[in-house]
Amino acid sequence: MSTLPARSMRRRRVRGTNPLEYLKRPWMQLTLLASFVFLYFPIVTLIAFSFNDSRRNITWRGFTWKYYEKAFNNASLHDAFVNSMIVAGTSTLVSTALGAMLGLALYRYRFPWKGTYEGVAHLPIVIPEICMGVAMLVFFNAINMDLSLITITVSHIAFTIPFVAVVIRARMAGFDVSLEEASHDLGASEWQTFWHITFPYMVPGLVAGALMAFVLSLDDFVITFFTAGVGSTTFPIKIYSMLRFSVTPEVNAASTVLIVITLSLTLIAMIMQSRWAKGRQE
Amino acid sequence: MTEQAPIIRVRNVTKRFGSVTAVDDVSIDIRQGEFFALLGPSGCGKTTLLRMLAGFETTSEGEIEIDGQPMLGVPPNRRPVNMVFQSYAVFPHMTVFDNVAYGLKVTGVGKSEIAERVKEALTLVHLEDFGRRKPDQLSGGQRQRVALARALVKKPKVLLLDEPLSALDAKLREAMRLELVHLQHSVGITFVIVTHDQDEALSMADRAAVMDHGVVRQVAAPATLYEHPNSRFVADFIGKMNLLEAKVAGLSGGRLAIDIEGLERFEVPHDGPASGEIGIAVRPEKTRLSKEQPAAGRLGLKGKVSDVAYYGNESHILLDTDTGVRFTTTIQNETRRSDSSILIGDDLWISWSPEDTLVLSE
Repeated sequence: MSTLPARSMRRRRVRGTNPLEYLKRPWMQLTLLASFVFLYFPIVTLIAFSFNDSRRNITWRGFTWKYYEKAFNNASLHDAFVNSMIVAGTSTLVSTALGAMLGLALYRYRFPWKGTYEGVAHLPIVIPEICMGVAMLVFFNAINMDLSLITITVSHIAFTIPFVAVVIRARMAGFDVSLEEASHDLGASEWQTFWHITFPYMVPGLVAGALMAFVLSLDDFVITFFTAGVGSTTFPIKIYSMLRFSVTPEVNAASTVLIVITLSLTLIAMIMQSRWAKGRQE
Repeated sequence: MTEQAPIIRVRNVTKRFGSVTAVDDVSIDIRQGEFFALLGPSGCGKTTLLRMLAGFETTSEGEIEIDGQPMLGVPPNRRPVNMVFQSYAVFPHMTVFDNVAYGLKVTGVGKSEIAERVKEALTLVHLEDFGRRKPDQLSGGQRQRVALARALVKKPKVLLLDEPLSALDAKLREAMRLELVHLQHSVGITFVIVTHDQDEALSMADRAAVMDHGVVRQVAAPATLYEHPNSRFVADFIGKMNLLEAKVAGLSGGRLAIDIEGLERFEVPHDGPASGEIGIAVRPEKTRLSKEQPAAGRLGLKGKVSDVAYYGNESHILLDTDTGVRFTTTIQNETRRSDSSILIGDDLWISWSPEDTLVLSE
């Protein structure tokens, strides 16, 4: 900046904005505001009305925690929440392990038909959820497996693996292979090299992948709907069934809880990511 | 030293990647305690050869022996060699101390011994106060020292260095050259260094192997490589060289009679056979420019100065001879005005002594 001729500096100041400072332009700010309203108004309304002291979600009648209490004491909602946690927790553990292995294998090895294999492995990301759900249902029927929490968990593992694999692969793209060679050269076995060198490097990817899998599993509706049996209702399905009777602030309260969990997990992931990025820059 | 068995014996080693032959029937002996350089342009197979010594690549054919032991099928972690990588490959999530200790920890060395040996190794590379730092708090030169300490702490029979100075800036590189040589003298370990930089090889190595397209062209001490190259490739790759095509007119009593266009037939000392078309070479600093025809006994060609390149301590003059050969010659800028004495377009004679003439039959 200091090397610029004084005249052009003055001219810029008169006009007020630099060419690249889009955010200072009114029309840009307006567009931003409009998109924020469009995106978040429904969610904000949902959260606001969970505190509404009225049985109907139409007019504001004052603040209350009543419906949170009610939702918390609702035994079936409580059960559904526990079910969701079991499913999300188990499927996250399994899919993170399998997805990490898949990501690592795709990063490291070259083998015949790799492209095809990769495409097929990542299919669950693009395949419509409804197809996935139906396919799972047909599959469990064919092998005579009763629908339960297990079938839900298995389906969730199946569709979250590729997401983890993608994250791990992206992480490994920046890995310096000579680190592994150096470890090997210094006397470490393959196994020692993996745990001392490769695994620590993968950790941020594993955390990000696991959180992603957890959130995907926690709020999945379509696939779960097809693979859930009697007594294996998850949280999103329970909320949906409550809606069919009437839209009470209790539903809002339950949804808000789900939103808060999802948001906090995402926040944690983002903080960890930025900490790791900072640690690398220093 | 010459009586000792070589620490590394490479016999007829070939490495193929698919249809590409990266290393082609190479045989080299590397002596105990030697600073040995593998020198060549990029893609000549020098790094592949080094990686075969380290065990990261298998040999397609031939044998490698290190310290008398055949290395076929021996993985890198069981070989008595350690490597300093071009990227240094310092483990980013470990402190300097842990980096250096790593190779001892994974092989089950006791804690107190680790502490002692790591301290010793860090002192060797002048990093004794940096043990608790993380690699991202170090400069490039310091990271390289960590890589050196990490390899040396293992007390290898041979230290392999893959282009160790290429990532450093020019001043640091010069300093590190000297330091590596001092280090090698103080630890007494055989160093094998891969480099594409001929200055590096000449200034550091006891001996160097010049490689080209997977083939070793010449293995010799730096001065021999420079003054007695055995082929056009080595002559041209090491330093600057003026090459002329010539014909053998006769060979008798260790003197070779040569015909070159524009010169009278002359004789140079030569042992060994030679016939037909040969190459004649002369180093730029062994030629002299003059306004008048040079004295009898010197070989001289007349030409026109086509370019003058100023390098501070010396200038490089390009001279196109009347016979169509382009010569390079160097003149020392001994006084502050000496650069202006030769101008483009000047008609000058270039001359050299027959004794400084190299005969290259390959």
